[in-house]
Amino acid sequence: MTAVVGTRMLRKEDPELLTGEARFVDDLVIPGALHLAIVRSPHAHATIKSVDLTAALAQPGVVAAFSGADLRSEWAGPMPCAWPVTEDMLNPEHFPIAVQTACYVGDAVAVVVAETDMAARDAAELVDIDFDVLPAVVDLEDALSDRVLVHEALGTNRSYTWELIPAPEAVEEAFANATHTVVERFVQQRLIPSAMETRGVVAVPAVYGGEFTLYTATQIPHILRVLAALTVGVSESKLRVVAPSVGGGFGSKLDVYAEELLCLALARRLRRPVRWSEDRMENTQATIQGRGMIQHMELAADADGRVTAVRVRLLADMGAYLQLVTPGIPLLGAFLYGGVYDIPAYSFVCTGVFTTKTPTDAYRGAGRPEATYALERAMDALARQVGVDPAEIRRRNYVRADQFPYSSSGGLIFDSGNYEPALTRAMEMAGYDDVRAEQKERRSAGGTKHLGIGLSSYVEMCGLAPSRVLSALRYVAGGWESSTVRFLPTGKVQVVTGTTPHGQGHETSWSMIVADQLGVNPDDVEVLHSDTSIAPHGMDTYGSRSLSVGGTALWLATEKVIEKAKLIAAHQLEVAADDLDYAGGTFTVKGSPDRTMAIGAVAFEAFTAHNLPDGLEPNLEASSHWDPPNFTFPFGTHICVVEVDEETGKVDVLKYVAVDDCGTQINPLIIEGQVHGGIVQGAAQALFEEAIYDDDGNLITSSLADYLVPSAADFPSMQTDTTVTPSPTNPMGVKGVGEAGTIAAAPAVMNAIIDALSPFGITDIDMPATPQRIWTAIQQAGGTNGGPR
Amino acid sequence: MITASFEYRRAGSADEAIALLTENGDDAKLLAGGHSLLPLMKLRLARPSMLIDIGRLADLSYIRVDGDQIAIGALTRHHDVEVSELLAREVPLLPAAAGQVGDPQIRHRGTIGGSLAHGDPASDLPAVVLALGGTIVVRGPGGERSIPAAEFFNGFMETALAADEVLTEIRVPRLEGAGWSFQKFNRRAHDWAIVGVAAVKTGAGSGSNGEGAGVALVNMSSTPVRATGVEEALASGASAAEAAAHAADGLDPPSDINASPEFRRHLAQVLVRRALEEAGV
Ligand SMILES: Cc1cc2nc3c(=O)[nH]c(=O)nc-3n(C[C@H](O)[C@H](O)[C@H](O)COP(=O)(O)OP(=O)(O)OC[C@H]3O[C@@H](n4cnc5c(N)ncnc54)[C@H](O)[C@@H]3O)c2cc1C
Repeated sequence: MTAVVGTRMLRKEDPELLTGEARFVDDLVIPGALHLAIVRSPHAHATIKSVDLTAALAQPGVVAAFSGADLRSEWAGPMPCAWPVTEDMLNPEHFPIAVQTACYVGDAVAVVVAETDMAARDAAELVDIDFDVLPAVVDLEDALSDRVLVHEALGTNRSYTWELIPAPEAVEEAFANATHTVVERFVQQRLIPSAMETRGVVAVPAVYGGEFTLYTATQIPHILRVLAALTVGVSESKLRVVAPSVGGGFGSKLDVYAEELLCLALARRLRRPVRWSEDRMENTQATIQGRGMIQHMELAADADGRVTAVRVRLLADMGAYLQLVTPGIPLLGAFLYGGVYDIPAYSFVCTGVFTTKTPTDAYRGAGRPEATYALERAMDALARQVGVDPAEIRRRNYVRADQFPYSSSGGLIFDSGNYEPALTRAMEMAGYDDVRAEQKERRSAGGTKHLGIGLSSYVEMCGLAPSRVLSALRYVAGGWESSTVRFLPTGKVQVVTGTTPHGQGHETSWSMIVADQLGVNPDDVEVLHSDTSIAPHGMDTYGSRSLSVGGTALWLATEKVIEKAKLIAAHQLEVAADDLDYAGGTFTVKGSPDRTMAIGAVAFEAFTAHNLPDGLEPNLEASSHWDPPNFTFPFGTHICVVEVDEETGKVDVLKYVAVDDCGTQINPLIIEGQVHGGIVQGAAQALFEEAIYDDDGNLITSSLADYLVPSAADFPSMQTDTTVTPSPTNPMGVKGVGEAGTIAAAPAVMNAIIDALSPFGITDIDMPATPQRIWTAIQQAGGTNGGPR
Repeated sequence: MITASFEYRRAGSADEAIALLTENGDDAKLLAGGHSLLPLMKLRLARPSMLIDIGRLADLSYIRVDGDQIAIGALTRHHDVEVSELLAREVPLLPAAAGQVGDPQIRHRGTIGGSLAHGDPASDLPAVVLALGGTIVVRGPGGERSIPAAEFFNGFMETALAADEVLTEIRVPRLEGAGWSFQKFNRRAHDWAIVGVAAVKTGAGSGSNGEGAGVALVNMSSTPVRATGVEEALASGASAAEAAAHAADGLDPPSDINASPEFRRHLAQVLVRRALEEAGV
């Protein structure tokens, strides 16, 4: 067998997806299912005085309708938050449906259950709710002032303050002695994750055995099972959670959602299957949002521009409530505000703040794009101050290849890295010097179309996560992953994984790993996942963890299978196990190349158990649970070239180059796909996307006509390349690549825009860099038609 | 994002559609490509009790020469306008603009008649028909009438079309090689225009070649609107650049997340200047 790992094998998942055969939650035919419609608060903040369900209940097809108070007794506990980041963190108790107060537009306040979706939605319009409208608080800094309290009972909007200041005096000293200091304030606008498939849920009472099956568009069936059992008060072992085909998540399906719990509770109460499917406008309000931070970023540097300290203060918008890992998101970036640079002193403080808006939570990159953005913008500001090229300032500060494993001042140990080659390669691909030359020419010619080049170097911590580190960060669960590998009697291999793919292509990558380990055809490997009855152990998929943690568990399980097979082969070939070599699925007696036994044949022997060594158990199957000793640290450099039209403020991305290092590559095709999508998602933050709220807390961008998700037509072809620096943290040397593009892209694009506008003296533009924002900045800088003044 | 319930009828002819409209009054709506009406219905901003589907009236889908004009059937899809060789030769402004409407799916469903009847100030084709000085032909219980485009758009999404009338045809003059331009400014390729400009070089005026221009604007007012300030400036001796400065004269452009009125006025000036330059005025 020739090796398949490292080849561009087409994805096994795609034929089904492309022909429409894949089954998403809303495609599941569940006879007798009732449909749930949710009445959502039209006010950002309001007391619920009364809920009149009479008219809704009188509608044809309506089976039941409830207020939050009616359903209060269904809940064994409040909505779960798994990450109390500090001992004194304030977490307002809240339930899947508001009982007394609605705290954001979209908060559930009543439900209608009917025989059809249409009947439920029509009746929901007739639910009459008497609200006492309270003041909204939308702006983060305003919220911090406690002028308006989101949760009266807490007495403050401050949920927590979390600090990472290993050596405070060192930071003070560095700033006191600095030749250059950079002080910046950046805004991370809120983003709406916008997975192609909106959410959907069906809760089905068991026909026999167990209590319920919950089909849901989730990234985390395993975590959800535990927490749904606790919140709704059903037996965990009798609750089966299945994530069928899931159309993207980007973190937005990494949550325990009200609708999942409502369907479950209502199925219990009404003794019928209950289903709900989210429409796009609900998705913009009832599914978590990402980012939402104000970042105060400071750098201290010496005369050469070597950074001596970084000091960060964050305000993080929690939204109205803490969802599953809301408070922890800034912590995922907390260690990375020094990025790829060798910075001796470090200070990070984050305050989580409640506002009357949709809760925030993980969104692709979760904390790390924010960190990289602030740092890379600040590095460009430093380059301008010192008067050197942005590439040079980065070179001067990179952690050197000979410093790995590198202990960062933020407290991480970067396992491996080699940062400069990625920069050099990216500059080569971008034709960096030529673009700079053209930029110079254009500037002296005085035209109205300005060229800008933006760089961004990043490192991320992936492979969430070492369980002991999670414990130190007060996360309530571990970060291990599990896998089972079993040969079937027909010689096919069944793989069970605790990861939960929702677009990433695990079935393909996992098959490739198994194919090479066990010498089978990848088509003969079947990967089972996303069903808690089939894969009972798992921590699911997020944070670029699946390959480096779940893939490692899988690899270790195949090693165990090979180890056992070896004992059987040795027995059959009548040699000692040590006398066997193993390669490509075949055992060979050392020195006798004609005495061989294929692992498939061994598997059949293990199945019949007719002739096994004494004391050895039948069947060829093994499980492994892997808890990574460290994170993995993918890195890279991206370069973006833009043209800005000073007359209209429009930005055209002319060129985008990415050089990423995700360690050992299983399937370069999948890596490219992840990088392409990630880049556009990151660039979308820079150019297009923003969840805009008015002062009353209404989401203005509540449809895809106003919330601008870009399409292929809005971005040029990307040039990508990779370097390969294997991770020593796991046996395959893999790191993860799901978030790299998103992390690198926003700062690359914004740095390019600011570079283009630097002749006007412009040093800051908020994201997204809309034409109006750019035009306004040029006006304020005193520019006029015809060129910079 | 699911419509309220409604009754559905398919009309076999324009006359049948008119009869159904007459019978069912204000609560009935014609359905052509559905790409303006259905989004409103899904938001439940429109709740007609009956839809009369005219989408399959093949005899209202045509593009043909009629003397010094081109006649276009109301049910002609944007895509058919976009790829029409006849139009590419005779009125290239129209296919150029139609090719920038939304995305391919929208262009294969949406109709030119629907676009004009809807009268959305942010739509591209109404401005084009205005700039061209076209005519809109409508038919009702009392017969047919022709309305100059300049008199067709009355208010925000309000037109001269009566509730019991069907728009049947759009007529535009053949350009005979005259310069033209369509400038659409948006953030994403498939978006509506933040501001758009349609310009056609016309008879005598004061442009660089001694000619004037028909200029109309997208999304600069509550209706599709002619840039009369520009047209008048050109007629009275201004250069293209000078005339462009009058792009927003007398207009009260909308404000939304993409642009303030002030930015829209500025964009209109820039885009009109570019349009006039491209049209060779
Ligand atoms: C996502 C999206 C993006 C779009 N982007 C653009 C864009 O960039 N530029 C642009 O110009 N347009 C855009 N559109 C609108 C599109 O062009 C519509 O198709 C067009 O505006 C309306 O045509 P229709 O045939 O779909 O009309 P319908 O939606 O069927 O009807 C619209 C209205 O006109 C009436 N009507 C339709 N036909 C007739 C008739 N023959 N006689 C009398 N009344 C009639 C209907 O009763 C209804 O009130 C977009 C639409 C969508 C959904």
